[in-house]
Amino acid sequence: MARFLIPLAVFLVLVAFLAIGLSRDPHEVPSPLIDKPAPAFRLPALREPQKTVSRDDLRGQVWLLNVWASWCVSCREEHPVLVELAKSGVVPIYGLDYKDTREAALKWLAERGDPYTLSIVDADGKVGIDYGVYGVPETYVIDKQGVIRYKHIGPLTAQVLQDKILPLVRKLQA
Amino acid sequence: MIRLAGLLMAAVFAGAAIAAEAPPAADDPALEKRVVQLTSELRCLVCQNQSLADSHADLAIDLRNQIREMMRAGKSDAEIRDYMVQRYGDFVLYRPPLKATTVLLWAGPFALLLAGFVGLVAYLRRRRARAEGPELSAEERARAQALLGGNGGHGS
Repeated sequence: MARFLIPLAVFLVLVAFLAIGLSRDPHEVPSPLIDKPAPAFRLPALREPQKTVSRDDLRGQVWLLNVWASWCVSCREEHPVLVELAKSGVVPIYGLDYKDTREAALKWLAERGDPYTLSIVDADGKVGIDYGVYGVPETYVIDKQGVIRYKHIGPLTAQVLQDKILPLVRKLQA
Repeated sequence: MIRLAGLLMAAVFAGAAIAAEAPPAADDPALEKRVVQLTSELRCLVCQNQSLADSHADLAIDLRNQIREMMRAGKSDAEIRDYMVQRYGDFVLYRPPLKATTVLLWAGPFALLLAGFVGLVAYLRRRRARAEGPELSAEERARAQALLGGNGGHGS
């Protein structure tokens, strides 16, 4: 009996490992920045190039940092979700326009609506590197003390918003 | 033939175009060698099966530039590796450090090897025990001989 049970057990363990492995997205690398202070930046605003905005200007509120670009295809997918969220006014969304040109970015927002309280321009992608951005779009939840509490990689969906981001935002705002 | 030549030309020019895209390199071969050495130990997060040295992803090019700048500024390889880990996690290292979360990764293959070895020894012992089974008595031997046709029993 053991002759059959042992290979069967080994096989089942293997199946379990493969099932876990296959159901995970290898592209989602856990960020080491979670629960760490958001990296500092000072970048020009998209609409007012002469004005700069720094991380510390945003302190004291819970905010979302959404990394986007006009060249980014999956940003189109998530854009309506962001516009909806902005309408609800639950949490301010700040955009990091990543490696983009100002004209293209402004045209993009004019066409699709602008959900951002403010967008800042990271033309050379240096701030993106500091935030560990590797696949636009990415969304960070940052608390009142300026600590990154959550990071979502890839397009936001209504589901992710309902299940993860909004409950966390409410908790942090309390 | 002319078409082939055209294709070759196109290939050469394409190569030149890619080379032109690559960041300034030739001015300091020693530094460039260090960049390649370090970046081939770092994973590109966009195309995860490529190293930063191999990848043509935009991010990989940016990170190579960043690393080049840091080296010019006198940073050591260890400092640059830390800089990368702070941003992207241990995942960027092709040689992850040994710590609680990576113990299975490091020890796993050896544990499997050991398990295989134990299994093999157990199997061989059992097989030997079976092969050394009870000897035939003289009577049984004679009977076996008779059954096999008495010719010493060289089977077909």
